[in-house]
Amino acid sequence: MIGALLTSPPLASIGGALEFIFTPQDSSVTGGKQVGGFDQVVELTLSQLELTLLALGLSLLVALPISLYLGHRGTGELFAVVLGNVGRAIPELALIAFMAAAIGVGVLNLTIALAVLGIPPILANTFVGIHQVDRATVDAARGMGMTEFEILRKVEIPLAIPTLFAGLRGATIAIVATATIAPLAGVESLGDFILGENVYGSNGVLAGAIVVALLALALEFAFAALQRLLTSPGLKLRSA
Amino acid sequence: MRTKTTRLWGALLLALALTLGVAACGSDDDGSATTESDGGGGAIVSNPDNGKVSLTIGSKNFPEQEILGEIYAQALTAAGYKVKSDLNLGSETVARKAVKTGEISGYPEYASTALTSFFGKEPEDVPADAQGAWEEAKTEFEKEGLTAFAPTPFASANAVGLTTATAEKYDLETVSDLEGVSEKLTLYGSPECPQRIDCKAGLEELYGLKFKDFKSVDIGLRYTVLENGQADLSILFTTDPQLSAEKDKFVILEDDKEVFPAGNVIFVTTQKVNEEAGPDYEETILQVQEGLTLEVMQELDARVELERQTPKEAAASYLKSAGYTG
Repeated sequence: MIGALLTSPPLASIGGALEFIFTPQDSSVTGGKQVGGFDQVVELTLSQLELTLLALGLSLLVALPISLYLGHRGTGELFAVVLGNVGRAIPELALIAFMAAAIGVGVLNLTIALAVLGIPPILANTFVGIHQVDRATVDAARGMGMTEFEILRKVEIPLAIPTLFAGLRGATIAIVATATIAPLAGVESLGDFILGENVYGSNGVLAGAIVVALLALALEFAFAALQRLLTSPGLKLRSA
Repeated sequence: MRTKTTRLWGALLLALALTLGVAACGSDDDGSATTESDGGGGAIVSNPDNGKVSLTIGSKNFPEQEILGEIYAQALTAAGYKVKSDLNLGSETVARKAVKTGEISGYPEYASTALTSFFGKEPEDVPADAQGAWEEAKTEFEKEGLTAFAPTPFASANAVGLTTATAEKYDLETVSDLEGVSEKLTLYGSPECPQRIDCKAGLEELYGLKFKDFKSVDIGLRYTVLENGQADLSILFTTDPQLSAEKDKFVILEDDKEVFPAGNVIFVTTQKVNEEAGPDYEETILQVQEGLTLEVMQELDARVELERQTPKEAAASYLKSAGYTG
């Protein structure tokens, strides 16, 4: 396989892949129907984005309350760290196949499977971010008469934003990249191009990979912008 | 706190050990499990001249292909060649590229797949007889410096599969019987199925069928989705062991318009390797595939897919029981 990659001129391949993204192409196994092109790329990109956001939403729903609570209380460090590490070792494909029998293939199966990928980084980073907030600051807030919830909302979360977002962004990249296996469990995504080399050709495989990478970058930039927006001006000054 | 932590680490270590264990089971390595033959009956005779020749046998990425790859690799080892195997290469496009670049010496391919995927033939134009399909594929392969050996006795094809319960409920025997019924049924197939003429695209265009829904799945799940009722119809393979082992549970519909061309396996290699390897190369391959009838192939697939033998073990026991190796 590596030999095949080396002998094909990379620039020509990228040119072919870019052409595939914009213009439909002939395929040997479709009986004359053309595949690829801008419309199909957009359709599959939107499907991949939708699945990514669903899974990310579920990850946040599960991981945020737990890690905020534990971080605020300052307990359960082992739990957060161990779960964070173990979570990365779970093979996605095996998980999808395993859940296929219980809940069937489709959006629900994939949302859960991909959330499993997103929960550990969010959990671990949020925990660490909240936990590392200077205790003296928290004590001061408490001394000013803030309730525990106010301390979390007005002191700890704002101070933990950079770490919190590191987790969120890590989770996003992991999820959007892995959503390429969705076609193996009943949901269309850019993985269609990557998994269907017989239909889409090597141009399609490369085109799929390129668009996934662009989508990941776009999400990365979007969250970076959101992070800047949410970071308190005081913190920005200090880091500058 | 201390005991809790210890127990947690214990559980983690156990999980790690299990993961490693599974990984070890899943790995496949060189086909070298053969003994020297003693030259009796149909046994393969080791030729010392072949020791100078190194071969790498490849295969595509599903069990039947890996079994075939192992059979050829082990037989060639028995014939005295230095053999490595590089199984599980991926799709036919990847495998063909690997042969062309010389990364592998050869791999088993279905004649029908070669004609439709590589050489742009419409499925309905693929010759129904194995001999004709092989000759046509061989001619095409030779144009690109490759060649193909004569076909196996068994043929494999896509098929529309369903549970016997569904078949009885709608009184289905052939694919044409689906007319008027298919709108109520959900079809499952591989991610590329919607585009393939020998899959959903052919069912729609050549049979004129419409389905309630299509869902793409990993081909490893093709029976699972039928079994748990998610799929009414699922694209299966005619060599699937489940079709003989669980006859009362799953059936396939007869492809009365011949949209799914049957493919006998032909071994694809380069003309260069064929010349360098000498006459024993082709002879050994043709000799060991003689015993591969549909029943035998289903049985071998069953051992790997249902009984969890490795392709290597299944291949070794086939060669032994058929008398090719001692």
